[in-house]
Amino acid sequence: MGNLYDVIILGGGPAGLTAGIYLSRAKIKTLIVNEGIIGGQMSLTHEIANYPGIESLSGYMLSVNMQKQAESFGCKIISNVKITKYNLKNDIKSITVNEKEEYKSKAVIIASGGKSRELGVLGEKEFAGRGVSYCATCDGDFFQDKEIIVVGGGNSALEEAVALTQYASKVTVVHEFGYFQAYKHAIEQATNHPKIDFILNSTVSAFYGSQSLEKVTVKNLKTGEEKDINIDGVFIFIGYIPKTEPFAEILSLNEGGEIIIDKNMMTDISGVFAAGDCITKRFRQITTAVADGTVAALNAIEFIQK
Amino acid sequence: MTLQTNLDHIETENQYNDILSNNENVMICCGRMGPMCVPVYADMETLRDEYPNVKFYDMLFDIPDAQVIRNLPECVGFMGLPFTVYYKNGKVVKATSSIQMREQITAVLDEYFSE
Repeated sequence: MGNLYDVIILGGGPAGLTAGIYLSRAKIKTLIVNEGIIGGQMSLTHEIANYPGIESLSGYMLSVNMQKQAESFGCKIISNVKITKYNLKNDIKSITVNEKEEYKSKAVIIASGGKSRELGVLGEKEFAGRGVSYCATCDGDFFQDKEIIVVGGGNSALEEAVALTQYASKVTVVHEFGYFQAYKHAIEQATNHPKIDFILNSTVSAFYGSQSLEKVTVKNLKTGEEKDINIDGVFIFIGYIPKTEPFAEILSLNEGGEIIIDKNMMTDISGVFAAGDCITKRFRQITTAVADGTVAALNAIEFIQK
Repeated sequence: MTLQTNLDHIETENQYNDILSNNENVMICCGRMGPMCVPVYADMETLRDEYPNVKFYDMLFDIPDAQVIRNLPECVGFMGLPFTVYYKNGKVVKATSSIQMREQITAVLDEYFSE
């Protein structure tokens, strides 16, 4: 019965780790199964300065701290694995990891988060890790004194564009609209920065190179005009989509692929809760994910103790 | 300087050469303690038991002797950590850039190092 838990949490971002902290501290036998990086999108953030009680910390370190805190209460965490089978409808839920290990529980919290939206254009996958990146913190210093493009116009794009100026000689922000969807301070920081230029109403439509990225095509979305730009790197920050594909046939999702929950964070399957960026909600912040994880955990405790 | 992992560390070029000379199957992950690197080290730690015929090592990307990895022809164009390199009888058989899922790692191990 070593693989039977009270609660299995699917996802190790801030929502999942918070749920793990609350559950384990309440002596609930808890397993977090994480398909990607511990901390999820949070771990890729260069600097977090709006998490209460922490003036400034990298997303990676905040992730590590949350993981340690969960483990200190006895939460088991397995990470960077593939969940190959879900059976959530019965009273005892089960998942299979890497087509081998089966884990069972009385309740499940889905905290699968989101993933970086990709442009989905020619050459993007081919040059990932060879000039195309989704993580400024990880790959920024490969572009010391080089010219790069940042794609996007939200908070992440503009904040990471500013962060990347510590390495790059020039940063060009390519954004599909003629305006930015970011907070005023982020827009001011980026637009006032001497190393940052802007190409608006445009997108990157193709990536070219040999061993690494050498050139992109930038398409003006108003005129249709295309031009090639020689470039060393492209960082893509065009938002996130919920990681809910495995649940599409199991749970009710909205048209955006987000999981629909009730006031107790429960999905339309009894004993299956959801929290964080994978659920229907408007604001996606670390703080809101942490709050979701807390509420889902407390409701899961009530559920299994009924 | 070494990484804070439970893997065996390579710290010098001499050590690197000795390892490649004396082992048939070697996997080296060269990176930092960053979000794209740590999951690969964690997988390597657990894969040691599953692949006893493979030697698993890490190497800190920023030490001078890590140029033996950084300057490999197979790593030209890599712009994402970690650089993970697989060797058979001292020769590079595969090199990858940035994070790799466990199943991607085992696919390489199975393809090149299966007994």
